[in-house]
Amino acid sequence: MKNRLIRTATTSLLSLSLCTAIGAQADAKTVLIQSTTSTANSGLYDYLLPAFEQENNIKVNVVAVGTGQAIRNARNCDADVLLVHAKAAEEAFVAEGFGVERFDVMYNDFVIVGPASDPAGIRGSENVQSAFRKIADNEALFASRGDDSGTHKKEMSLWENAGVNAEASGKTWYRSTGSGMGATINTAVGLGAYALTDRATWIGFKNKSDYQILLEGDTVLFNQYGVTLVNENKCPSVNAESGQQFIDWLLSEAAQNKIAQFQIANQKLFYPNAN
Amino acid sequence: MHYWQRLTSVQNGKLMLRPFSKGQQRSFPGFVHDDQMGSERLCHQLRRTQLSINSVSFNTGTTELLRNVNLSLSASGITAIMGFNGAGKSVLLKIMHGILQPTSGQVLWDQHPSDQEHRLSQAMVFQKPVLLRRSTQANIDFVLKQRNTKNPKLRNELLSRVGLLAKARQPARLLSGGEQQRLTLARALACSPSVLFLDEATASLDPASTAIIERIVSEQANLGTKIIMVTHDAAQAARLAQQIVFMDSGTVVEQSCSNSFFNGPQSAAARAYLEGRIYKSDTHEQEQ
Amino acid sequence: MQESAISLAINLITSRDADLFEIIALSLRVSLVAVFISLIFGLLIGASLATSRFPGRQVLSILVNALMSLPPVVVGLLVYLCLSRSGPMGWLGLLYTPTAMIIAQTVLITPLVAALSRQVIEDLFLEYKEQFQSLQLSKSQQINALLWDSRYSLLTVALAGLGRSLSEVGAVIIVGGNIDHLTRVMTTAIALETSKGNLPLALALGLILLCMALLINALLATLNFSAKRQAYA
Repeated sequence: MKNRLIRTATTSLLSLSLCTAIGAQADAKTVLIQSTTSTANSGLYDYLLPAFEQENNIKVNVVAVGTGQAIRNARNCDADVLLVHAKAAEEAFVAEGFGVERFDVMYNDFVIVGPASDPAGIRGSENVQSAFRKIADNEALFASRGDDSGTHKKEMSLWENAGVNAEASGKTWYRSTGSGMGATINTAVGLGAYALTDRATWIGFKNKSDYQILLEGDTVLFNQYGVTLVNENKCPSVNAESGQQFIDWLLSEAAQNKIAQFQIANQKLFYPNAN
Repeated sequence: MHYWQRLTSVQNGKLMLRPFSKGQQRSFPGFVHDDQMGSERLCHQLRRTQLSINSVSFNTGTTELLRNVNLSLSASGITAIMGFNGAGKSVLLKIMHGILQPTSGQVLWDQHPSDQEHRLSQAMVFQKPVLLRRSTQANIDFVLKQRNTKNPKLRNELLSRVGLLAKARQPARLLSGGEQQRLTLARALACSPSVLFLDEATASLDPASTAIIERIVSEQANLGTKIIMVTHDAAQAARLAQQIVFMDSGTVVEQSCSNSFFNGPQSAAARAYLEGRIYKSDTHEQEQ
Repeated sequence: MQESAISLAINLITSRDADLFEIIALSLRVSLVAVFISLIFGLLIGASLATSRFPGRQVLSILVNALMSLPPVVVGLLVYLCLSRSGPMGWLGLLYTPTAMIIAQTVLITPLVAALSRQVIEDLFLEYKEQFQSLQLSKSQQINALLWDSRYSLLTVALAGLGRSLSEVGAVIIVGGNIDHLTRVMTTAIALETSKGNLPLALALGLILLCMALLINALLATLNFSAKRQAYA
């Protein structure tokens, strides 16, 4: 009886593993998006994708990682569509032949958040340049993504504008977390540090403590999201047809209107600009 | 108290303390077996050599446990190997059984080295019972199955022979020490051995379990199984064995019929052993 | 926050949240299958190492022991590189599927099962060795007997493997991608909620994960496990 029990358990587990393997390949029509985290964590996809999936009977799978890793994964052909926010890197991706063509989808902006006490006094600064200088001069703690993401790339360009070599060694006030946006804000809140974040993640973020937006509205904080179909010529495994269908839909008036209507706590998170 | 005062015999499975007179206390005739003459006759009848140990030595890197052992044993009957602790009895037994390989020399059975088939007809009971973590009966079934003779009737026969049928379904490792050893004996018998080795099998058992094991060993010898046993119990050796092999310091110093051994051991070492004296092997070498 | 996490956990379970049960089911499926496959390979390796004597065995044992501390992220990365479309096994199309997660966890747990079972089996083997030699058991008969006789200890090994795989996040998030309704398991969901700053929900999910582990262990305990273990160990 003992043996029979073991045999039954073995068989059921084996069939379970087989089902798992087969089940993975059964869904033929899927689109795999390598995406930045802000669009996923803010809930945009949960809001947007069901409409597309129902209309077209295509399942959309989203892998949300930092922009840098998303592009690297797409380079390994592990994506059909790339949706990130680092225009220069995206254009390089297309130029190298990995992407077919890049389209603007929507934008929002970055904001600088920090504790209400604002130790470096950046509130009311005329622009990011001066705010970043104040942080550096006061050696106020600053938490950076440090993960080659779109936000990190933006932050590096802002430090450069401010004439501060933040990542140089010996700067104890500059904390590179090497993590995602949410983890970095969690760290910043824990440390009492400033951080640069995209507005969508910030609005959706639940562990704000006494943190506030201390600086916003500078034109350099503009944050553009773009979508790119991965090139079939480089990656034969790409589901180009469904991917293109998704991009066409995303850039359509209907989808763009839906993006414009997406709100959390009565705040708009993304502004469509596909034209 | 001397060892011979503990001398016992087994009758109908019951243990008897052997009465002795004062005159017997200091002399070896006190060891005379009940059927002294029968045993003697049997000993001399055992002429056909089955097992030959030729110049066997065994050492483990630094220590030499066996030195040039030569021995011939008959095909049937009971042979007891005796000697001080560390004399090399167990090692010799294991080399005979083939679970240790001699460093040099040969073990021949009917003039042939032991092969797989012959070794399957040997069984061994160790001093410390090693039982599978299963039920009592599963321990027997395991061996029967291995030998393609799995048979509940045979298993139950074996268990009842060692008085464990009532405990057939109990976990073997929760049996008492004596019961465990009886089970290992039953398991050894499940191999239907032509040769049965016992390595101090009753050393830590109570008299009742010892008696059962001795009875079965005798029965088995009468059924034609060759018994080779290591024991420190001189009385047990006298009761069971027709032939005694005495070892000292890794070599065989005496091999004689049971009666002549207990009546008058040839070697100084054996004399010292039987008298319960500590014997220094360097004096033994001087004597030689 | 702790109280709200507890009440949130209770709410999640009592409200029979479909997404939650989907995630729990996937967690269990991935981990159980991974543990099962790891047991096949791990016990084979463990038993071979325990019962064989060959040059380099010691080195191999040390290596297997060291592999127990293999960082999940490294395993995830290695499996990612293999299963990526540009990798050697990319043609299988397994990346970002539960199968990929099972593969990563199998790689992660097999050394654990192998190392722990080697220790368990070796201890038993030292006890049985002479008796086995005496009975003339073949290698496979010996290994079968050892595996069966150490079954209760090996169940604990399996539970250790299950614990590691259920609680692991680094590997499955890389090869699974934490895709909603496809590869999202308890741990990746917790990581996601943490990154959203939704700490009470993350904590609640953690509590539920802990309860799952408790339930599995309690289930085994009720199968007369400890009593039998005592009698047969």
